[in-house]
Amino acid sequence: MAQPLVKKDDDRDEEADYSPFLGIEKGAVLQEARVFHDPQLDARRCSQVITKLLYLLNQGETLTKIEATEVFFAVTKLFQSKDIGLRRMVYLMIKELSPSADEVIIVTSSLMKDMNSRTDLFRANAIRVLCRITDGTLLAQIERYLKQAIVDKNPVVASAALVSGIHLLQTNPEIVKRWSNEVQEAVQSRAALVQFHALALLHQIRQNDRLAVNKLVASLTKGTVRSPLAQCLLIRYISQVIKESSFNSQAGERPFYDYLEGCLRHKAEVVIFEAARAITELSNVTTRELTPAITVLQLFLSSSKPVLRFAALRTLNKVAMTHPMAVTNCNIDMESLISDQNRSIATLAITTLLKTGNESSVDRLMKQITNFMSDIADEFKIVVVEAIRSLCLKFPLKYRSLMNFLSNILREEGGFEYKKAIVDSIVILIRDIPDAKESGLLHLCEFIEDCEFTYLSTQILHFLGNEGPKTSDPSKYIRYIYNRVILENATVRASAVSTLAKFGAMVDSLKPRIFVLLRRCVFDNDDEVRDRATLYLNTLGDGSVAETEKDVKEFLFGSLDIPLTNMETSLKNYIQDPTEEPFDINSVPKEVKSQSLAEKKAPGKKPAASSTPAAAPTSAADAYERLLSSIPEFASFGKLFKSSIPVELTEAETEYSVNVVKHIYDSHVVFQYNCTNTIPEQLLENVTVIVDASDAEEFSEVGTKPLRSLPYDTPGQTFVAFEKPEGVPAVGKFSNVLRFTVKEVDPTTGEAEDDGVEDEYQLEDFEVVAADYILKVGVSNFKNAWESLGPDGERIDEYGLGPRESLAEAVSTVINLLGMQPCEGTEVVPSNSRSHTCLLSGIYIGNVKVLVRLSFGIDGAKEVAMKLAVRSENENVSEAIHEIVASG
Amino acid sequence: MDLCPSVKNILLLDSEGKRIAVKYYSDDWPTNSAKEAFEKAVFTKTQKTNARTEVEIAMFESNIVVYKFVQDLHFYVTGGEDENEVFLATVLQGFFDAVDILLRGNVDKKEALENLDLILLCIDGIVDGGIVLEGDANSIASKVASHSIDSGAPFSEQTISQALATAREHLTRSLLK
Repeated sequence: MAQPLVKKDDDRDEEADYSPFLGIEKGAVLQEARVFHDPQLDARRCSQVITKLLYLLNQGETLTKIEATEVFFAVTKLFQSKDIGLRRMVYLMIKELSPSADEVIIVTSSLMKDMNSRTDLFRANAIRVLCRITDGTLLAQIERYLKQAIVDKNPVVASAALVSGIHLLQTNPEIVKRWSNEVQEAVQSRAALVQFHALALLHQIRQNDRLAVNKLVASLTKGTVRSPLAQCLLIRYISQVIKESSFNSQAGERPFYDYLEGCLRHKAEVVIFEAARAITELSNVTTRELTPAITVLQLFLSSSKPVLRFAALRTLNKVAMTHPMAVTNCNIDMESLISDQNRSIATLAITTLLKTGNESSVDRLMKQITNFMSDIADEFKIVVVEAIRSLCLKFPLKYRSLMNFLSNILREEGGFEYKKAIVDSIVILIRDIPDAKESGLLHLCEFIEDCEFTYLSTQILHFLGNEGPKTSDPSKYIRYIYNRVILENATVRASAVSTLAKFGAMVDSLKPRIFVLLRRCVFDNDDEVRDRATLYLNTLGDGSVAETEKDVKEFLFGSLDIPLTNMETSLKNYIQDPTEEPFDINSVPKEVKSQSLAEKKAPGKKPAASSTPAAAPTSAADAYERLLSSIPEFASFGKLFKSSIPVELTEAETEYSVNVVKHIYDSHVVFQYNCTNTIPEQLLENVTVIVDASDAEEFSEVGTKPLRSLPYDTPGQTFVAFEKPEGVPAVGKFSNVLRFTVKEVDPTTGEAEDDGVEDEYQLEDFEVVAADYILKVGVSNFKNAWESLGPDGERIDEYGLGPRESLAEAVSTVINLLGMQPCEGTEVVPSNSRSHTCLLSGIYIGNVKVLVRLSFGIDGAKEVAMKLAVRSENENVSEAIHEIVASG
Repeated sequence: MDLCPSVKNILLLDSEGKRIAVKYYSDDWPTNSAKEAFEKAVFTKTQKTNARTEVEIAMFESNIVVYKFVQDLHFYVTGGEDENEVFLATVLQGFFDAVDILLRGNVDKKEALENLDLILLCIDGIVDGGIVLEGDANSIASKVASHSIDSGAPFSEQTISQALATAREHLTRSLLK
């Protein structure tokens, strides 16, 4: 008895490693593939070899071009066998090999024969293979069969043809569109899946014809839809129709809503969910419309299937962002899901509850979350932290328990991203909830006592330096900060020295003690730490209890109003040419560079053109500055204030593509015309733009710089300069004509003829507008900046903007009109809101900082009213901003 | 815009995360290494979960993955972020049940590898280029299992072994019904 038992164990060991493909090798299998050439085909054997080949390809093995061709030709031999199993493997293999066009011809006739075979399975699969590997010309040959197949009485064949049609529509739309009669017939098919595939194809054929789509949807909602999949598809089409129609019909019953609601009672869960989701995603959905969908989703929450719970929760989570009240009914069900085995579901439950919870439930919720946090992954924890942050901002009175929660999790184990999310949240809460400041700062202090992340330590020290001195008892933070100088690495030490200096500068009573500490830092073994300590010791005065000077404070606390990348380039340039002159920080451009600007600069430029390295500068602002300063005529204009984004002066795809960049100086403007010649047979010479400035009275032309030669596909620039009154934001309209000498080019040799013809090309007009005189410059803390400017230069007025499409549209119009930088994400208007406040900042010509606070309101008739408050260093500038709005 | 419910990939891995059979329908993973990286990420994140009784679900890099494990086989179906989760689960269930039928209830790695041709045909029969071709497990399995001789071919052309194979398949099919 013992004997077989042992043997069985052995067997199992072998079995564990056993695989029919063990030690399989490409070379050997390719050898084996020779059986495909046998005159007496062994179908079973051939199937096995194909399986092996497919296994190899599936494992990521690749065949060389020659190997693939060889295998392909061998496989085509197998069409001789009538074995269905083998044939199906042959089909699979051909699809996997994706043969080239000249190879396809070899199998076309075999496949076409199969397409007309009496075996349904052959017809269906031959269609799929042929459509996968075919190109346009071949498609025209087999089109007739495909049309027949679409209405074939065998559903497998019809589906194969329809699905192939869906794929072919991407590559050969004009051919597939001719099949719409057959597809239309297939939509009426009794076979469930055929109807689904036909519906998908028909909709794709007609998707640009809104009327046809409406008709299709309307007829299907009255007829019978046979499969859940087709029903889902119909629901998606309905949502789209509703979305597009809402622009036309203002009020009244939403079309097709009743149908969607009816789908909530469908027997298939997939349809119920699709309909519920569609209802929750309707734009401006009302609570009454939402209720039945929420009820259905609530039922899903207690389903035994994780997928249903997840799907329902994910949808409810989204609803909670806009309609938290509608979801509160599900709170009890969601609370029980906090302990769900599936952590994704549990996290979704938590974050949804945090959105829907009311003030009284916060404490109970926090208790549940605490237990939950210990056994989920960091990525989920970050989601929870973010949800808690927004909850705290919603219920500022609850800051105590939420702050405690954050500080507790801060002390626990966790990776950098997670810790960073917590620290960021605490910092935001301190900023927005004044009461939370003292306790929050202490939590952060405790955290840096034992923080392994240099980045977070320095961040917190910096923040502490700004906020700590303003608290009731600044001295209690000194211990934590000085501990960093003793215990941490050089980066953190240097940062701690700066923080100490800030306390010294702001709190006069602490100054002597700070001096003692800073003097110790002078003996640090790191350069940076020593340098900083010495610098601060010298700037802060003599260590006596005295008021710190204003510019010292400005130096310590003022933010660098120059983008760091600009600073870096300027410094690099400075180092490159050795000079006696000290570096002038004012020479650093303040314009925020944007990468996309440079990419947009040469539109219509074909990617094939490789010989234009100069046309792709890394940064537009930099490139403009360099370009303009290299032109002697413009050198006397002074410092460039702003360059606009390029304005297109031609339609896309015209002979010559031209756009203009407006460069604004204090008393000049320079128009830079970027021209591209898109005709290979032409060379343009002496290209200029004749500008008619009769609609721009304050401008007078002072010079032009023609472009000597503009070959095909190589962008070039020509410039026109105007004088305008100094410091005045003059506006006006300019019309333009491109003038040039055109020479024929022999495309084969690339040589131009000697004689040219003068020609002109009409360009579109453009305007210099007020926004061109305002630089987009953001501020990090709008509230502080606003208060620091004070009410002296403030101007407030109200405006009616008339009826608008939506609040968001009105907000973006005003932002574009002013050309200023939206701050703190206030350019985004939550949907459905009836009022909105938008914060903007910028620099007005003459380097005057301007801040704008816009309050919008919209009424039932979509009339928008706006209150505009402007603060700036100069009240005339504030007036000017109002001027812009009043005249815009 | 394409509104059709679609699948981004179908994966069948073993209990160590190695491929048995995979099929991708989306360009999201252009290279084999990208595919392998995705499979590895999905496998490591799901392997500790209990997906043996019910289909489970998770999100990866803005994709939804539904999965189910049996013995040493891990079945996955991936869809886009906005895909109907229930739809993906239906596809997975169809795939899983069809494999169960084709392997006659012996759903494990050894059996799957020995019948890899059936598995590959099965995947090919479920989805074509991301679009569901057939969702019902019995229909999928019956199309794969119809390993018989083209009925149009005369019997005289069949060899003895082919005839035996035909007989065996007929038997199988009658058992399956």
